[in-house]
Amino acid sequence: MSVVAAIPQSAQRAAPKNIGDRALRIVLKAAGLAIVLLVLAMAFEMVRTSVPSMRTFGWSFLVTSTWDPVAERFGAIPFVYGTLVSSFLALLIAVPLGLGAAIYLAELAPAGIRPPIAFLVELVAAVPSVIYGLWGIFVLAPLLRTYVQPALGKTLGYLPLFQGPPYGVGMLAAGIILAIMVVPYITAVSREVLLAVPNTQREAALALGATRWETTRIAVLRYGRSGLVGAILLGLGRALGETMAVTMVIGNRPEVAISLFAPGYTMASVIANEFTEATSEIYLSALIEIGLLLFVLTIVVNALARLLVWSVGGPVKTVRE
Amino acid sequence: MTPGVRRGVNVLMSGLAAVAAGLVILPLLLIFGFLLWQGASAVNVDFFTHLPKPVGEVGGGMANAIVGSLILIALAAALGLPLGILGGVYLAESRDRHIPWLARFLADVLNGVPSIVIGIFAYTVMVLPMRRFSALAGAFALAVIMLPIVMRTSEELVRLVPASLREAALALGIPEWKVLLRVVLPAARAGIVTGSMVAIARVAGETAPLLFTAFGNRFWHQGLDQPIAALPLQIFAYAIAPYDDWHRQAWAGALVLIGLVFVVSLAARMATSGRFTGVR
Amino acid sequence: MRTWLRAMVLVLTGWSWLVAPADAQMLMNGAGATFPYPIYSKWFDEYTKVDPEVRFNYQSIGSGGGIKQVTSRTVDFGATDGPMTDEQLKQAPGELLHIPTVLGAVVATYNLPGAPKLKFTGDVLADIFLGKITKWNDAKITALNPGATLPDQPIVVVHRSDGSGTTYIWVDYLSKISPEWQQKVGKGTSVNWPVGLGGKGNEGVSGQVKGQPGALGYVELAYAVKNNLPVASIKNANGKFVEPTIATTTAAATGAAKSMPDDFRVSLTNAPGDDAYPVASFTWLLVYRDQANEAKGRALAKFLWWMSHDGQKYADDLLYAPLPVPVVKQIEGKVKQITYQGKPLMAGR
Repeated sequence: MSVVAAIPQSAQRAAPKNIGDRALRIVLKAAGLAIVLLVLAMAFEMVRTSVPSMRTFGWSFLVTSTWDPVAERFGAIPFVYGTLVSSFLALLIAVPLGLGAAIYLAELAPAGIRPPIAFLVELVAAVPSVIYGLWGIFVLAPLLRTYVQPALGKTLGYLPLFQGPPYGVGMLAAGIILAIMVVPYITAVSREVLLAVPNTQREAALALGATRWETTRIAVLRYGRSGLVGAILLGLGRALGETMAVTMVIGNRPEVAISLFAPGYTMASVIANEFTEATSEIYLSALIEIGLLLFVLTIVVNALARLLVWSVGGPVKTVRE
Repeated sequence: MTPGVRRGVNVLMSGLAAVAAGLVILPLLLIFGFLLWQGASAVNVDFFTHLPKPVGEVGGGMANAIVGSLILIALAAALGLPLGILGGVYLAESRDRHIPWLARFLADVLNGVPSIVIGIFAYTVMVLPMRRFSALAGAFALAVIMLPIVMRTSEELVRLVPASLREAALALGIPEWKVLLRVVLPAARAGIVTGSMVAIARVAGETAPLLFTAFGNRFWHQGLDQPIAALPLQIFAYAIAPYDDWHRQAWAGALVLIGLVFVVSLAARMATSGRFTGVR
Repeated sequence: MRTWLRAMVLVLTGWSWLVAPADAQMLMNGAGATFPYPIYSKWFDEYTKVDPEVRFNYQSIGSGGGIKQVTSRTVDFGATDGPMTDEQLKQAPGELLHIPTVLGAVVATYNLPGAPKLKFTGDVLADIFLGKITKWNDAKITALNPGATLPDQPIVVVHRSDGSGTTYIWVDYLSKISPEWQQKVGKGTSVNWPVGLGGKGNEGVSGQVKGQPGALGYVELAYAVKNNLPVASIKNANGKFVEPTIATTTAAATGAAKSMPDDFRVSLTNAPGDDAYPVASFTWLLVYRDQANEAKGRALAKFLWWMSHDGQKYADDLLYAPLPVPVVKQIEGKVKQITYQGKPLMAGR
């Protein structure tokens, strides 16, 4: 038996008796506290600088749709609407693709090509937002304006979703770009969730004569259901906060419009566009209040997401994305 | 359902899943290809060595933006890596009851906060008191973004170091702090470096928080407490402008940026392939 | 891997060292209007030859940004084409001076096949921006342009999404012409636009117009011409349709130049005169009368002097109109009033 195993647990965890240990403990604790203080400071600062706006507009801020810097009347509705609609549109596209790709990588693909494809998916997530925006302005928007939107208008134009002139930029462009940016996150996390499903589930299904797909459907997906929902929510969390690519293609119009062809505005975009020039205190405060809303929204969505993901296989490594 | 139908469904779904995977990767190839096609011609020696020319004039380069980005990343790393690694070690090693849980939870919260909100925080905390836009403010914002990533990966890697290694060192009478610094951390080094590189790749491309912290600079930086140019900022400014020459340079800048990000990501990947145990 | 990392770090450090200049200059930071950005960037580039000790770093973030940042003192000087209001001036920690630099014209630019030369009146423009006229072949537009073929396409209005002096000049003009505009929207550097897409900066708006068939936006003249975008003639106060040129811009300022207020805050829109272009304006640099830093204050005062004399020769090429001579004299007097702790910085000229 090794000498080490003979050392009692208590001796290993006793209070440190020398300076070095004590110093280290203090330094480490300081580091741990630092992040706590940082996040609390951030929350505090945001609330403090939003107070003027909160005091002036109160709850009506959340239901007003005017954004008038001249008259100094501000309301968050166009931005909340834009953020939610663009994000949900993104999820509509990204979820089937992301889940499909995750299933492929976790269950169905031949073992040899799994690592390179997983790596390529990671690279998609690594591309900076501003580059997606660049591609969006010069490739996607003209494509939408010249081909896609006119085609949609002709075929589905009776739906209010597809009415209005084809600008190219607008909600549809933003939704598509967001989908491209969010899908690798959904894929990566879903894949980890699926991999966390115990093999006994799969073996049981296979033993009963199921095909690979049926195994996946019956044993794996059902088991990992809550985790997959968590992955989707994580993707939502990313989409809600995405700034640059959306700013470059959404059209920057603070207005609620039903059509996907119409330009819109998101919470993150208005802050990016107008922050450096909010000339009055109320204007700045209103912008920061929107930032606060975004902050709270992303926290709630992300917290929910992590809870769901962890319910499947324990704390899954989700930070690398 | 007959076995034949079931087999057919199996093949169909496998095919669809493969198509989905392909579609996920497709934008990467499209974008990278487009960048190469548009930007490769503009990437020349001038681009890497010259300053931007006045508005409307053709030529010039993004040398200051590239150097600016490198400086910002280096500063952010200097601020964020030590704190993040120490924080990660704390989370892995600490016997405290509540703080580690709170720190871990808040690190995850921070990870999900949009970078523009972090930019607002950096503006109120650094730019306003200093009364100027600066490289330091920009680096601060980037460091805050890096922090949770570095913390969590460091935590995991320190946890992965086998207890036997630790206990052997302790049995030899080495004080705990030395064990940590001389035995555990070196063992986890490869993984921590990887985590750091992932964090660096992430902040290299950040634009939003720099908009109102680093601010941008048409010339070389004059000090860390002054505005500084950065590659993503310059790309953004050129992309939304109408000048064709600026568009070309934006593509070139994007190519350089994505090259930087990919190289770092690739290096991080290579470091972990097969050696994830972290023990050397 | 380690050696490869080390090598990369060495290469990057070495290259940064080689490429960046070793001498440190004084950096002056400014921010604001995109309207004069082409000439400011030319001036700041040329001025490095006049005074190699100073570098002027100017970020074109829009006039709203310029006003905000100079008020918060996060930059050394601001720039705006919409003069600060009395309330805004009160919010500044010190007295801010408006120093005119050049004259420019805000033009209506558009993207139509064949790039026809169009004529507009202020009323029609107001109606377009109010969303009342929505198609290119609307009766009111065709009435003004009988010779042009106007398509049956919607007008894609493009305006500024950021706080802009160019916007201020444009809506100042529309407010003077259209009571409906004045009442519904009003004027400011950022307004509640009834219709349209938003572009960031003059750059963003011209970029949008250039890429969007059927678009109509307002930009500074230089941006339209440098991007080969067509420019409309607008009916002025005397009833004549005038094209935006250096001559017509200067004509708009002749009346105002004679009776320029002491603080230089004056509106030139809808100026009287047969040749006057109706949407012209000065653009100003914002500097504190009492400077916080002596060296910087002196550098600033010297630049302002150079700008109002030698700098004016660059205006023509970039399609801005130079300052009228009486205005330059007035600026000289103003620049001499810039002080550091009470001492004038430009004494003895």
